[in-house]
Amino acid sequence: MSLIVSAIGQGLLWAILGLGLFLTFRILNIADMTVEGTFPMGAAVAVTAIVHGYSPMTATLFAFLAGMAAGLVTGLLYTKGKIDILLAGILVMTAAYSVNLEIMGKSNTSLLGHKTLLSSKFFEAMPNYFNSVFLGMVVIAVITLILVFFLQTDLGQAFIATGDNEKMAKSLGIHTDNMKIMGLMVSNGMVGICGALVAQSNGYADINMGIGTIVIALASIIIGEVAFGELTLNQRLIAVTLGSIIYRLILLAVLQLGFSANDLNLLSSLVLAICMMLPQFRRALHLDRIFKKEVKSHD
Amino acid sequence: MTKPILELKDIVTVVNKGTSNETTILKELNLTINEGDFITIVGSNGAGKSTLFNVIGGNLSADSGQILLHGEDITHENEEDRTHFLSRVFQDPKLGTAPRMTVAENMLLAEKRGEKRRLVPRHMKQHIDKFTKIATTMNNGLEERMSTATGNLSGGQRQALSFLMATLKRPDIILLDEHTAALDPRTSNNLLHATNERITQDHLTALMITHHLEDALKFGNRLIVLNNGTIKADLRGEEKDKLTAENLYEYFEM
Repeated sequence: MSLIVSAIGQGLLWAILGLGLFLTFRILNIADMTVEGTFPMGAAVAVTAIVHGYSPMTATLFAFLAGMAAGLVTGLLYTKGKIDILLAGILVMTAAYSVNLEIMGKSNTSLLGHKTLLSSKFFEAMPNYFNSVFLGMVVIAVITLILVFFLQTDLGQAFIATGDNEKMAKSLGIHTDNMKIMGLMVSNGMVGICGALVAQSNGYADINMGIGTIVIALASIIIGEVAFGELTLNQRLIAVTLGSIIYRLILLAVLQLGFSANDLNLLSSLVLAICMMLPQFRRALHLDRIFKKEVKSHD
Repeated sequence: MTKPILELKDIVTVVNKGTSNETTILKELNLTINEGDFITIVGSNGAGKSTLFNVIGGNLSADSGQILLHGEDITHENEEDRTHFLSRVFQDPKLGTAPRMTVAENMLLAEKRGEKRRLVPRHMKQHIDKFTKIATTMNNGLEERMSTATGNLSGGQRQALSFLMATLKRPDIILLDEHTAALDPRTSNNLLHATNERITQDHLTALMITHHLEDALKFGNRLIVLNNGTIKADLRGEEKDKLTAENLYEYFEM
């Protein structure tokens, strides 16, 4: 039971990463590798700030700003430097590794004995693992509401149009470069927050904790889409969070089968690959037709 | 009515500069567009029609020459900034609309053409009735599909929408780049007539590229023949009315 609660808590916290990547991957239609660097950056910044006596709240805000700064660099390389987005992301991700080491001064920093967002009396009164579920739910609710509002504004619509049809957006006077930079900044800022929260939940930051984050983010997005099908934009935002939770539950199930935690990245990639190929399988095996038949036979 | 809106002065554009493929497309082209002009533009492939539109639109900068808007130099203004006076409809139906956004959402984007996009709610409800009414003028069922993603529209509906979007916020100049060429003859004809009606009723200033000489003769008050990067003929009023397809061909051979 506590394993399932823990998985849900992790799913909620990591959903922030999925939502961040959703902005670039699904709305702007670009694959931003920067997140592999901004996730540990958020963790490194937040943990270092907490150790230096800043409040956990301020530390998390610093993580947001650090992520935004990295996103800005990627955005400038991409739009003004005309570097392919994949390469721009890889460049910043690689550079971020050194920056993160500089921030922490070593490869691993523990939060043992320091206050975190999870160490208030309110959280400590909760049963095991429920604290991260609660924190995750609050943060996800706030972020989702902000995104829902944003996407319905004039600016948000211009942002969506940029990803949907850049030539048309430009012909309507939308400064598409600015939209892309904004998207990359907000996205990576959110990933920074996610890194900060995961580090506080784990009790440490590690220089290598970013490895595989892009696969996890993609998994939340894709699992959400595969599981829930055609949705409106607002519903899709919620589907990302649910996808992130489902992903954690799948991992939990696989680990129960006897795989070790060392196999985690291999399993993550497998789960994602299978989910991404699902539409092809469906077509090849005519599963759609079989499903439809079944529905018919019921009525 | 003869106040110049846009003036192109000695415009030269060169492509593949510095390579063995260097080609001059527009050769010291001069053109004055007056208020209320509806200019049809004809010319063979490679004559520079699209280049001319790209220079006016700002997505291609002239290598020399000057562009004046109401007498003000805008030669170095970029594509996005020129949209405050200019709107365009492209030939490819896919280019003019955002496929995953609905018809109404596309129209709302177009209504704020050239304006700063702010972090304020878009207020779709205040606009939807007006948009539906405007869509009805196209007579192709567009008004029934206001909440449909434009990717699911037919090519004809998409182009009609693109044209509406270009006129939703009154432009000083509208550029129509063979905007009916990708449609079947009937749909194309309907859109052309709707276009003509809208332009003449609202006294819009328009430039329209077409490959159909009959259309070029039928519509507009002014006809331009582009050939080899320069304007070979610029015919207005009676001169244009007297023109036939046969003597228009002669200009092509000059």
